[in-house]
Amino acid sequence: MKLMRPMTFLLFAGMISSTAFAQEGAPQVALSCAGCHGQAGEGAGSIARIAGYDRDAFITVWEEFRNNERPATIMNRIAPGYTPEDVAILADYFASIE
Amino acid sequence: MTTFTRRSFGALIGATLAAPGLVRAQTAGRLVIVGGGFGGASATRFARINYPEVEVTLVEPWPTFVTCPYGNLILGGNRTLPEITHSYDGLRARGVNVVQDRAADIDPVAKTVSLESGTVLDYDKLIVSPGIGFRWDAIEGYDEAASQVFPHAWMGGDGSQITLLRQQLEAMPQGGVFGISIPGNPFRCPPGPYERISMVAQYLKQNNPTAKILAFDAKDGFSKQGLFQDAWGELYGDMIEWIPLSADGQIVRVDVENKLFISDFGEEHRVDVGNVVPPQYAASIVRDTGLANETGWVPVNARTFESAAAADVHVIGDANIASPLPKSGYVANSTSKTAVAAALADVTGPEAPSDPVYFNTCYSHGGEDYSFSVVGIYRTTDEGFVETPDSGGISPRGPLSELAENRRLESGYADAWYESITRDMFS
Ligand SMILES: Cc1cc2nc3c(=O)[nH]c(=O)nc-3n(C[C@H](O)[C@H](O)[C@H](O)COP(=O)(O)OP(=O)(O)OC[C@H]3O[C@@H](n4cnc5c(N)ncnc54)[C@H](O)[C@@H]3O)c2cc1C
Ligand code: HEC
Repeated sequence: MKLMRPMTFLLFAGMISSTAFAQEGAPQVALSCAGCHGQAGEGAGSIARIAGYDRDAFITVWEEFRNNERPATIMNRIAPGYTPEDVAILADYFASIE
Repeated sequence: MTTFTRRSFGALIGATLAAPGLVRAQTAGRLVIVGGGFGGASATRFARINYPEVEVTLVEPWPTFVTCPYGNLILGGNRTLPEITHSYDGLRARGVNVVQDRAADIDPVAKTVSLESGTVLDYDKLIVSPGIGFRWDAIEGYDEAASQVFPHAWMGGDGSQITLLRQQLEAMPQGGVFGISIPGNPFRCPPGPYERISMVAQYLKQNNPTAKILAFDAKDGFSKQGLFQDAWGELYGDMIEWIPLSADGQIVRVDVENKLFISDFGEEHRVDVGNVVPPQYAASIVRDTGLANETGWVPVNARTFESAAAADVHVIGDANIASPLPKSGYVANSTSKTAVAAALADVTGPEAPSDPVYFNTCYSHGGEDYSFSVVGIYRTTDEGFVETPDSGGISPRGPLSELAENRRLESGYADAWYESITRDMFS
């Protein structure tokens, strides 16, 4: 038992690093956001974290991007490519993760 | 599972690490992935996270992966080789069996992959993402040996090609000529040559301001052309001359001894540094095994990426035919996930998505704090891939006085993209 303790700790440390930002079960339509925001919506550098984004706010923001009513360099070109049904799935998914 | 070989034991440990609480053994099926680049590494990571019950083996000859994206920034001076070199340890830690070897043959009937070392791997599903091969015969005098004089720097490999090009740039005489030969379509990374020209110009502007860049092109137009030409004019004056096909821009022969590019009409151009981006086709593993058709690229089903020539073999990345999707790292990453889901649907379920969405963004660096992008969102029909109407497109054009902030922001977002996508491949 004595010997097991440090081992368990090491395994736990390994676990944290290897499970970081792993998000299983993302809907197909959300898979492509990963290349910029990360599959777990964690963000990177100046690209925003969107994990846990409020569902209603997400839909509002998306429609603002779609209609060019919100400052954007690229989301205004991305948003029009998705139907309202897609946006609902995206909003649910990113709201559901932490 | 009665005997614990070192491999299966390692795989089980990995599975436990990657998915705590999961006690199923990895016996549902064997997924083999050939090529650990943008398509293959993304597929591997995605499969390991989403299908923990499947055994995943990745075959890649190089011990680390050097990205082509951001390689041009080594020329510009904003990145170093270690910063674009990635380890497979993250995938190993997830329980992937990473085999450092080269696939030599595929037998889609026996469902095996033979490796150069002689090892034979059995698979239930195979994903192949081997990237491109060079048509060494296409430009007379340009073979593998010639690429030690006129580098291509168009495959990552061990990073020696991009390093060589950078060294040649540093050694170029003041007021010298940098020549680049650019192929016709299709080829890896449509905006790539023009980003390279920009990054070479950024270097020369600081270190060799009287030097010239001659860009010989086998086409009359190119990706994000207006944006690149705006940037060249705004940042580099008349340093860059682009010579299109219609102005005799196609290079058909090179003479490495005398450092000459020779055009279709026989015009000889002396260069101090020569960068040849050769005409391309899919990597040899898919051409030699009959997966590629007469074009040299691999026809695939647009919803599953299954090869038209072989069941249970899915081909992704630059090697396949997916027009209008460009041959980009983003596309390889985006499509890899649906290929995995489709391949494993009849091994583990759930059913493959029937109406998949694919995505591309290519950021390009025109200069310091000066970047722009192109976006495309794609879906499928029974005939193939289609671009989603009224979406995507390029960054706005206009006077720099109005767009400087936009270009600066996109430069930062491009760096963030690089961080995210490589994390989605290797972490
Ligand atoms: C200068 C430049 C800049 C670029 N910039 C961008 C950019 O900003 N954004 C972007 O999205 N894309 C960019 N690209 C394009 C991007 O690099 C490719 O589209 C992408 O690498 C394609 O992924 P792939 O998996 O098909 O091939 P690769 O990423 O090349 O991976 C193929 C892997 O397969 C391995 N392999 C080959 N044959 C075998 C075999 N027989 N057995 C086992 N393994 C094998 C290779 O060693 C390699 O590691 C750029 C390309 C270049 C050249
Ligand atoms: C090519 C990189 C890229 C991709 C791919 C991308 N985004 Fe974005 N996203 C950005 C950038 C950059 C911004 C900041 C706004 C801008 O400049 O367009 C942003 C902003 C956002 C915001 C607003 C965040 C805030 O600050 O409130 C949301 C929500 C969002 N993105 C969701 C998504 C979703 C969902 C997807 C996938 C369908 C996606 N994005 C794909 C780059 C990207």
